[in-house]
Formats: sequence, structure tokens, C-alpha cells
Amino acid sequence: MTTIDASRPIDLAARPDNYLTHSRGFLSWALTLDHKRIGVMYLVAVLASFLLGGIFALLLRTELLTPGQTIPGVTADVYNQFFTLHGAIMVFLVIIPSIPGALGNFVLPIMLGAKDVAFPRLNLGSFYLWIAGAIFTLLSLAMGGFDTGWTFYTPYSTTTSTGGVIPVLFGVFILGFSSIFTGMNFIVTVHKLRPPGMTWFRMPLFLWAIYATAIIQVLATPVLAITLMLIVVERLVNIGIFDPSMGGDPVLYQHFFWFYSHPAVYIMILPAMGIISELISVHAHRHIFGYRFIALSSIAIAIFSFLVWGHHMFTSGQSPLMNTLFSLISFSVAIPSAVKVFNWLTTLYKGNISLTTPMWYALSFLVLFTIGGLTGLHLATLNTDVHLHDTYFVVAHFHYVMMGSALIGMIGGMHHWWPKMTGRMYSEKLGTAACFVIFIGFNVTFFTQFYLGSQGMPRRYYDYLPEYQVYHVISTIGSYVMALGFVMTAYCLISSLFSGRKAPANPWGGGSLEWQCTSPPPHDNFATQPSVGDCYDFRSLRWDEKEQGYVVDPALAAEAAKHPLH
Amino acid sequence: MSSIPSTHAAGHDDHHGHGEHAKYPFLAHHFETPAHQFDSAKLGMWLFLATEVLFFGALFVAYAVLRVRFPEVFSYASHYLDTLMGGVNTCVLILSSLTMAMAVRFAQTDRTQAMLVCLVLTFMGAVGFMVIKYFEYSHKIHEHLVWGKTFYVPPEGELGQAERAELSKAPEPPPATLNPLDPAPAIVPTLAVLPAVEASAIKPASRGPVGLATPREQAQVERLPVPSEDPAFTKPALHLADPAMPANTHLFFAIYYCMTGLHGIHVLAGMVMLAWLIWRGARGHFSSKYFTPVDVGGLYWHIVDLVWIFLFPLFYLIH
Amino acid sequence: MAHGHSPSRSPHGEPHPLVGHLVPMWMLFAVGGALLALTAITVAVRYVDAGEFNMVIALGVAVIKATLVALFFMHLRWDRPFNLLTFVASTVFVLLLLAFALMDTGQYRHLQFEGNPPEVESTLQSQAPGAPVARFKPYAP
Repeated sequence: MTTIDASRPIDLAARPDNYLTHSRGFLSWALTLDHKRIGVMYLVAVLASFLLGGIFALLLRTELLTPGQTIPGVTADVYNQFFTLHGAIMVFLVIIPSIPGALGNFVLPIMLGAKDVAFPRLNLGSFYLWIAGAIFTLLSLAMGGFDTGWTFYTPYSTTTSTGGVIPVLFGVFILGFSSIFTGMNFIVTVHKLRPPGMTWFRMPLFLWAIYATAIIQVLATPVLAITLMLIVVERLVNIGIFDPSMGGDPVLYQHFFWFYSHPAVYIMILPAMGIISELISVHAHRHIFGYRFIALSSIAIAIFSFLVWGHHMFTSGQSPLMNTLFSLISFSVAIPSAVKVFNWLTTLYKGNISLTTPMWYALSFLVLFTIGGLTGLHLATLNTDVHLHDTYFVVAHFHYVMMGSALIGMIGGMHHWWPKMTGRMYSEKLGTAACFVIFIGFNVTFFTQFYLGSQGMPRRYYDYLPEYQVYHVISTIGSYVMALGFVMTAYCLISSLFSGRKAPANPWGGGSLEWQCTSPPPHDNFATQPSVGDCYDFRSLRWDEKEQGYVVDPALAAEAAKHPLH
Repeated sequence: MSSIPSTHAAGHDDHHGHGEHAKYPFLAHHFETPAHQFDSAKLGMWLFLATEVLFFGALFVAYAVLRVRFPEVFSYASHYLDTLMGGVNTCVLILSSLTMAMAVRFAQTDRTQAMLVCLVLTFMGAVGFMVIKYFEYSHKIHEHLVWGKTFYVPPEGELGQAERAELSKAPEPPPATLNPLDPAPAIVPTLAVLPAVEASAIKPASRGPVGLATPREQAQVERLPVPSEDPAFTKPALHLADPAMPANTHLFFAIYYCMTGLHGIHVLAGMVMLAWLIWRGARGHFSSKYFTPVDVGGLYWHIVDLVWIFLFPLFYLIH
Repeated sequence: MAHGHSPSRSPHGEPHPLVGHLVPMWMLFAVGGALLALTAITVAVRYVDAGEFNMVIALGVAVIKATLVALFFMHLRWDRPFNLLTFVASTVFVLLLLAFALMDTGQYRHLQFEGNPPEVESTLQSQAPGAPVARFKPYAP
């Protein structure tokens, strides 16, 4: 039964006040308890970190244009710092917090029809913990940086003399707690603040994804926290727990580290998959296919992700028994992801596809995630991984899933909810063009790296044999193209703030509750409790020329109500 | 604006919205009823406790791995821990858990005075725990029963004089007869043979019991009295002179300090939390209508107790 | 399990909480007493030599104590099942890490030996002939 209220878009005229204009001044933002403002602050912070991490990426790719030194002053040690900082910033400051912190915070309560998250002050606390973690990371840069790789493997991380290791470990520890508190908040919000009528299987799939992500955040992150503290203690007082000469075990560190870090990569990808579910169904104007399968596969991925961490350790000295076990289980973790891809493709089939910028990002995701996921199987296979481990093949694989999928999902989601967040429409031409440039640049950069890796080019290497150079040059050119694409995206979105057309409540024809309030939403989200129907049933929506957006047509709604889809 | 049918289940208050919030000043705007808020707070706290379980859990795994690899280290070194002090600490924490649960009950039944008394008693229990821990730690640290390389540095005072005098001399180079490529018959040759010492990047193994390893330490042995002849050696402090001490005993103390230290930090945090509850309770914030902070604070305190319930047998009761 | 009614008096004449469940005082004392008794038992067992069972008994008693604390002091007996699930799930994941890490360690047991590494052992042979000899720990399946 679709019960979207036709009167809602009238809010625009009656109540011009929205969450952005509700109160003014620095403190009204710094001490806000409004989840929407916190989401916006996260977005700005995360994008700034993305810029910093991206600069390190461009630096390291530029350095790799020639074997040996390319950029004057960049020695091997400096290069090590480049890739370490690129990795640490991107993983801990950008991808893990981005979708839950920025888009999740903004959208989750509104999609639920709630007034706020369960613990608004904890939410603000999470944001400030992120800021503290970022400050510690910058502090570590000032204190000499760190060159251990974002994975901080012992014995190097416990013995290296670069001065920035302990500050960044504290920084990541704090960021871990930011992540944990966000996860706690979201789990309680989804459990307790759903409106009457919204059963679990009526929730939008983005919320299922955020919920599954939150489970991982709560269960996995503490193990990372204690592992990093053990490294700090090891550096400070040399307890010897990871030091073989003192009876310790360096592989134990890897067990602890990857017990978090493998589920962490699912923290990165699950929310993006949730976004793709929304983008595909809304922009193809078709009910999502296999709702329950997609919802339950999110939970399955969350649980399975804890069983496979050893596939990062196949060549570390882990026993052959464990190697075999982890390899076997890793194959199974691909299954729920494949279930999702098939359901998305089936949703597109015979859909009324609008080739909007979010749809282009969703289509990019499908291509890039398929490549990334399938190459993950190459790496899960024990015998091929022995050759591919620590080569560029791994680098290409994880960039396809972390950047080509998670980040692309994030940007697609940004474009999808941009009108809702800012009240402005961006230029579709520019947005689509930027998406193309990013897609092309990305593939040039990273597809080349699959070949590089299978030919034996090791990762994290400053110097290399001359026969690899031509591929490095191609990859670097691709990275510049990609950077251009991101600049275009930034221009597209930022310029929309100044010259974009005013956004209607429902520019894309979405059926979930956030499209029922104004763009931007009012301070308390909804004037009255919205009623809940099937958020993927779009039959009662019709395009309104005057509003340049979708509205509920009562006649269509009545007709749809007679034939419920599910 | 068309009216939207209220889909609330029967049983809720008739005046929803403003009514409930006016009646209960502590009720946040995004919760419908006090029960709703209470349930959410409890769930939030249980999720946090789940993270604490995993936080300590990783250290329990490290303990297990070390104990499986070096069971003789754990059997030997646990004698240096005072079972009585550990047992007293356990009882102190159990009683403080009891007083905490009583405090929650008194809050629930509007007996604010009794609640404050119980909270203060819980706080005193925490203080007592930390005091006993202070004595344990300071005694061990004094005798260098600590983590890492310090374990092998002779302690201050007359106990370590002979060793310290010896160590202050410059170390002698290893004798020419030393040939690591010539294994003794007791060692099965399937182990990898190490290359010549000078070029190797592998650090030499930690000092084992006195009487083994390098010639310098051999010289020290000759100076120390033999345990059977000197009654002073029945004191547990002089671990360095005990030939029965297994290799890598420092790992026991490493994991001991990590786990009990982390637990101690949590007790301190609990003390801060209790102080905050006492402060709020004294100002009359808690009653049978609203006692959520006491309840969830109590949950945290019980988890601290729960962790210690496992730490105690794992460190102090090793046979 | 929340009671949504306004404060009322329980049969004992004391106020009933607005929300949540009230644990009887005698139950709290009983659980506290049981915990102390179990502590005494587990300390006493430490002085008895039961070989491998010492650790089993010690951990078993600890689990019983922990269960008492969780069910009664932490209210799980009367609380929503999801809270219990959260607690149990976190324990299960710790056990998962424990199981896999121990399996990995166990696979290398047959390569471990008590005593000193080879280069130390060879020094022993020349410098301290009476010192304990390195020996293999038997492989434990």
C-alpha cells in the first residue's frame, strides 16, 4: 500500500525555514545535535581528507614515472611515507567514516521517519573524535611521519625510528572509537526509532546496509584498538610480544590486525552497496528485485567477513592448515556479493532507466565492482595468491573495490542526495561528464596494474626494473585523468551551491521517506509522523513540470493501492 | 494539510508528543515514552559492553597463544604473584558489584540516601582495589619482575649488586671457539642453522637463566651464591639467579601487566563514572521515574568485575 | 520488558520503578554470597593437583561466576533477548579469534622446543656443560 502524502511538497512554500537556516553562527554548528548538520560537517571533513590522501597518491604515482628517483628530494624513505600516508588517510579518515558518517548521518533518521538518531550527543562526540584522530595524524606528519605501510606490520613498526608512529597509532585508535560510537548509534536507531508500520522488511535497503556495517563496526574495531595499543606499548617499553628474539610472534600481530581489517573492508563496501540499491531502483523507476535477498545478504556479508581474515596472511608463515581453511571460506564470502549484483542487474532489466549522474555512477559501480570482486577470487585462491601476494595485482584489486566501488558509491550517493542536502540541483551535463572522466581515468590507472602485478611488479616498491616502466607511465597518466575527473566533480557540485536551480522535494522520483520532506529538510525533519508504505513502489509518482520534480498523484496512488506489489 | 491516520498501537498514552515530554522532563524529544528511552539506553550500553568484551578478548587470545607456547613459563612465573592479594581483590570487586546492584535497586525504589551510600561503597571498593593493585605492582616493579628487557636487568639494592657491577663492564667479544654451525647432538638438525653472528640481522635471544648463554653471564654465575646454600634465595625476588627459570619468562609479566593494567585503567574510568553518578545523585536527579544512568553505569561496573573474574584464575591460580 | 505504567506500590509497600524490572534484595545478596563462595572454592582448588583439570575447573568456575553476574546483577534474565544476544555474540567472536589463532599456533608445536635456541645451546656445550639440555616438546594433537 503506497501512502505517500500528496500534500507534503506544499511544505516548501509554507515553511521556508530549513536545517541550514534554522540557526546561525559558529557555535550553532560546532555544538549542534542535529544529525543533518553533523552529516554535513563529516562530509566536508572527509572530502578534505580525500584531497590530502589524493595528493599523496598523485605524488607517489608521479615518483613512479621512472625507476629510481623521479621527483628531486624524494628518496625511497620519503616514497615509503607517501604510500603509507595515502593508505592510512584514505582507509581511516576517508572511506571508513565517509558513508556512515556523512551520508548515513544525514539520511538515516529521515529515511526512518525519525526526528534524530538515538544518541545525538554521542553522534556529535563521534564527529569530534574523528577530528581528534585527524589532528593526531597531522601531528604525526609534523613529528617525522611514518613509513610502515598503513598495515603497521611488525617488526618494522615496532622498531622503526621514524618519529610519527606513536602519534598516528593514537590517532587511529581514536578514529576507531569514532567508528564504534557511530555504529552503536545506528544500531540502536534502527532497532528503536523505526516508525509504526516500518517493519524490518519494509526498511529501505540503504538502512539494512548501514545496520550490517554498524554490526561490523561494533564487533571488529575494538580488536584494532587493542592491537595498535600493543604496538605503542611495544615501541615504548619493548615487551616483546611480537618480537621473535624475545619469544614473541610477529604473525600474531597479523592475526590481530587482519581480524579487524578484513571486516573493515566490508565496513567500506557495504554502505556503498546500500546506496547502489537505492540509486538503481530509483533511477530505473523499478521496484528493487529480490529485496529480501539483498537485505539478508548484507547481514550474511557482515558475519562471513569475520571468518576470512587469514587470506591476507597466506605468505606470512601461517600454517598450511589455516591457509587452506581461510582460502575455502573466502570463496564463500563472494556469494552474498554476487547475489546482490545479480539482483541489481535484474532490477535494471526492463526498467525505465533515466541516465542521470547517479545512475551513471551506479552503472560504473556494477562494472568496477564485478572486476574487483572477481579478481578477489584470484587472490582467495591459495596457489595463485602465493604469486600475486604483495604485487600490483593486489593493489589493483583493492582499488577496484575500495575506490571503484566504495568511493564511486559514495560519490553517486552524494549526487543522489545533493538536492536533498543542499536544496540545489547541479548540472547533469557536467556531472555526467565528470563521471565519464573518472571512469576512464580509473580504468587506465588500475587495469594496467593488474597486468603489472601478474608480471611480477611488487607493491610498495620505489624502484623497479625498466621493463615495467611503460605500464607505470600509463598508470600515472590515468591517475592524472582521474584527478581531473574529481576536480570536475568538485566544480560541478560546488558551483551548484551558487548557481544551481532550486531543488524540488523529490527530483528523482524516490519512494523512501526522505523524499517526502522539503529540500533541504526542516530542522525537525517532519512536521507530523509520516506514514510508511513500500518505498520501492514508484507507481503513484508522476513528473510535475511546474515543480520540476515528482509528486504523488492521488489517482495513480489509488490505482496502485488496488494492486499491491508485495 | 490532510490528516494522517495515527498508526500507534493501543496502550500508548493518549496525549502523545507534548504530553509525555511535559510529564517527564528527562525524556528526550526523539523518544516517545520513558520506556522507549530506557530500552534504547540499555541497548546502547550493551553494544558498548560488547566492544569491551572484544577489546579485552584480543588480550585473552594473546594470553592463550603465549600460554600454549610456553606453559612452563606460566607455571613458574605465577608463583611470583600473591594469590592472597589477588583473592582479596576479587572479593572486593564482587562486593562492589553487589553494592552497585543494590544502588540500582535503591534508585528504582526512590531510596536516594541508601542509593548514595551504596554508590559510595562501590567507589570505596574501587579505591581499595586500586590500592591493593598499587602494592602488588610496586613490589614487582621494585624487583624488576616486569616486562621486556628490564626483566633481565638486576634490581636495585643489595640484591643485584654483584650482577650490576658485572654488567657495567664492557661486554667481552664471543670466544673464537664459538661455532654456531656445529650443533650439539641433543638438538635435532631439522631446525634452520643460523649464519655467522656478525653479519646476521637477527638479534641474539634474550638472556636465559643464569649459567647459560654467554661467557660473561657464566662469570656472573660463579659470583652468585648457590641457592641451596643461601637461605636468602628462598625469597622470590631473585629470579635472575634461579636456574629453574625458563626462557622467555618475561612474557608472562608482559601479558600480566598489559591485561591487569588495562583492567586497572577501566577501574579508574569506572571511578570517574561513579563519582559523576554520586554527584548527580546528591543533586536529586535520580528517582524511580528516572534512574537510567545508574542502571547503565552499573552495567559498565559489572563488566569490569566480570573481566577480573576471568583474569584472577588465569594469572593467580595457575597450578 | 518495560512497564509503562505510572509508579505504583509493590506488595512490599515500596515504590515500583517506572521502567525496568526490580530485582528482590534477597536475590542480590544470594548471588553475591554465591560469588564469594565460588571464589573460595576456586582458590582452594588451586592448591589441589588435578593435572590438566586444574585449568578446566578454574575456567569453569569463572564461567559460572560470570554467568551469575551477567544474568542477575546485569539483569539479563529479565531483559530483552537482544541484549543477551549482543553479549553472547561478542563472546562468540572472541572465541572465533581464539580458535583460529590457537589452531595456527598448534600447527607449529612440533617445531618448538623447551630451553634455549641453537646458538645459545652450542655455547652451553662449551661453557656450561652441566646446564639443562634443550629438548623437543612432544607434538600435542
